[in-house]
Amino acid sequence: MKPHRKKRLTVLLASITGVAVVVALVLYAGEQQMNLFITPTEVQAGKAPKDQIFRIGGLVKEGSVKRAEKMLLTEFIVTDMAADIPVSYDKIMPDLFREGQGVVAMGKMSPQGIFVASSVLAKHDEEYKAPEVLDALERAGHPVDKKQYNPKGDQ
Amino acid sequence: MHAEFGNYLLVLALFMSIALSIFPLVGTFTNKMPLVYAAKPLSILLFTSMLGSFICLAYAFVIDDFTITYVAQHSNSLLPSRFKVAAVWGAHEGSFLLWTLIFTGWLLALALIGKNLPAKSYARVLSVMGMIGCGFVSFLLFTSNPFERTLPFFPIDGSDLNPLLQDFGLIIHPPILYMGYVGFAVSFAFAISALIEGEWNATWARWARPWTTAAWSFLTVGVALGSWWAYYELGWGGWWFWDPSENASLIPWLSGTALMHSLAVTDKRNSFKGWTLALSLSTFSLSLLGTFLIRSGVLTSVHAFTNDPERGRYILIFMAMVVGSALLLFSFRASKVKTNVNFSLISKDMFLLANNILLIFACFIVLFGTLYPLIADAFGRKMSVGAPYFNLLFPIPTVLIFMLLGVGPLLNWKQHDFSKLITALAKIAIISLIASLAAVWFLQSFYWWVFCGLALALWVGLTSFYHLTKITQHAQGLKNKLSKLTAATIGMVFAHVGVAVLFVGVLLTSYYSVEKDVRLASGESQSIGSYRFEMVKVEDLLIDNYQTSKATFNIYKDDSFLTTLHPEKRFYLAGKQIMTEADIDAGLFRDLYVALGESLDQSGNVWSVRLYVKPFIRWIWLGALMMGLGGIIALADKRYRKVQVKNSESESIANQSNSDELDVDLADGNTVKS
Repeated sequence: MKPHRKKRLTVLLASITGVAVVVALVLYAGEQQMNLFITPTEVQAGKAPKDQIFRIGGLVKEGSVKRAEKMLLTEFIVTDMAADIPVSYDKIMPDLFREGQGVVAMGKMSPQGIFVASSVLAKHDEEYKAPEVLDALERAGHPVDKKQYNPKGDQ
Repeated sequence: MHAEFGNYLLVLALFMSIALSIFPLVGTFTNKMPLVYAAKPLSILLFTSMLGSFICLAYAFVIDDFTITYVAQHSNSLLPSRFKVAAVWGAHEGSFLLWTLIFTGWLLALALIGKNLPAKSYARVLSVMGMIGCGFVSFLLFTSNPFERTLPFFPIDGSDLNPLLQDFGLIIHPPILYMGYVGFAVSFAFAISALIEGEWNATWARWARPWTTAAWSFLTVGVALGSWWAYYELGWGGWWFWDPSENASLIPWLSGTALMHSLAVTDKRNSFKGWTLALSLSTFSLSLLGTFLIRSGVLTSVHAFTNDPERGRYILIFMAMVVGSALLLFSFRASKVKTNVNFSLISKDMFLLANNILLIFACFIVLFGTLYPLIADAFGRKMSVGAPYFNLLFPIPTVLIFMLLGVGPLLNWKQHDFSKLITALAKIAIISLIASLAAVWFLQSFYWWVFCGLALALWVGLTSFYHLTKITQHAQGLKNKLSKLTAATIGMVFAHVGVAVLFVGVLLTSYYSVEKDVRLASGESQSIGSYRFEMVKVEDLLIDNYQTSKATFNIYKDDSFLTTLHPEKRFYLAGKQIMTEADIDAGLFRDLYVALGESLDQSGNVWSVRLYVKPFIRWIWLGALMMGLGGIIALADKRYRKVQVKNSESESIANQSNSDELDVDLADGNTVKS
């Protein structure tokens, strides 16, 4: 093989190996760090991963929000109208958190069957619901009129 | 009247851009010089009509013309007038108008400054810009027209600007960010025009270089401003959330950074040509991808523009056309690009190549993490990719880049005798490690990451300083020493030190911040470290267009009074929105941050409160500003103004030895000329 061909081959092989390593690394890290979205019904059916952070979404059940007396702790129930999951959260609630509204929480299941949230998102108003919340309601067999929440779109 | 006029000007702009994208280009092929010379007036007219259109919309905002839907939805007669003007770009339609205006602003600058390009190249570049402009203007007109009327039933008052946006950040962040985003269109246009021409050499790179650096500087500052704004406005106290909208700006930034460095190689060494072309194309394509991700609403983020599939579809088609034709052109022409890989392992070329590979690796990590939820969704899985993914992977290329960054600028092109450098570098490395150890000792709690990171930051800073001393070592006196330094070198060193400053900020904030969410009643207090936060009272007030619960916090350090902070919880009347207004005591070495959560009892005296002590957080934005400023300084370099029309090839080599940053090395006789 001519020297410049050999050099070119080395460069080629090195770059292929490099790309392969990078892709493998990213995919591996990705699988470890990505958070699955699970609906309350699936949690009740025991499909939630153990010792792994995941997200649940649904509506905050009316009348379920309880605040602790002496400390900062809020407990509420997330429902997809088919199953109820108790959630606890010891940080500040987002401004838009309200009973009857959609919410997405990220966290882990405790052995007692309570979802201990590390973050709670309630980023929507009357007209907009997070896609995850709509999805959870639909999967639990509650067809949602998406137009109602998405006045401009037809997705 | 003004709405119709604004609309008319938009239509005019569309025709101008169509004309600009066709006539000069045809002229270059058919040798019809009048067509070629039409490029400049068409560019100026395109800019003027966009400016006129923008002024019309701004005027509508200032006089509260609620017959225009966009004004009615995003303004209110109670809105302070400085926000009425900024509200023009407070939502999708108007911000895209600003985007297009800024794009034509770059076009204008190119038309006015680029005169000394050869007539045909000049016309071709402007023509390619015209094509992009055509896409932007038609997007505005057909899917996002800000001038639509609400007649005949127009509202008496507008429904107000989103309170999050009623802030100084809105006035400054979008214009500067857009300057960066669309600025990369210029290097894209240069690359396309070079590909059409079938000729690319160091001259082409020299033309594209200052434009890329300028766009990059704006993007750097724009992203930093966004981070700073999110920090004080969103009430979470974080400076980066790996939110899709942030990633959408970081992806082209990383690619643009790679491009800037690779252009340097093409400019000085006439190599890496295919790679530089590809980067020019991809950087702007990634800008467009970011636009698509944010404006189509496919990803949920803090920038929630309303979901409108039609807009998403349009941008996607436009992006496919731009990227597709660019790739097609590239694949046809790229085989002609001759690469002369002609440098040894220890050389500036090699280090810049590594820099590029690592930046692209970082870019890929962010891109993958941002797009993964979309890909997973297509396969029916709902996933999200959060900070842990990015925090795990992103540091890998970053740390490697920092290691190389200390050495790269010191090396010669082509090859370098490392034995001359190694002792100096070893000394600097040891000093960095010892100083870092001392700093970590002082900070008390030990983290490996902080120790290594600080050492790296010191390494970058000290080697940059060493670089300066090395260049000026033969000159006597400060004045002579300074004259040895070109603006490009000063800018580069400044930007690299900025990187180190930013890195120190990121490290110390990430590892030593203390955050507490607590329940506090009036009169109670909470301590964090040596700071004590006392909630004195919360009072309810009515101001302009909102009601507010305003708290008073007294802050003590080691029991001596330090300052008073007033975080607020606001309720905006027109839009019925709640807003958290944090209050911050900012300092070079630490920020104290207080935000109100919610009222926990009926009396309004007990609140959930978020308290933060954030060391060195200002360094993050300070570092980014230094980087941006470094770019601007580099623009002042003489050699960009020396670009001559003819004889580009020989000129480039002559110039190289004239004002190269390697003067000293030339004196030493180290540089091997190609």
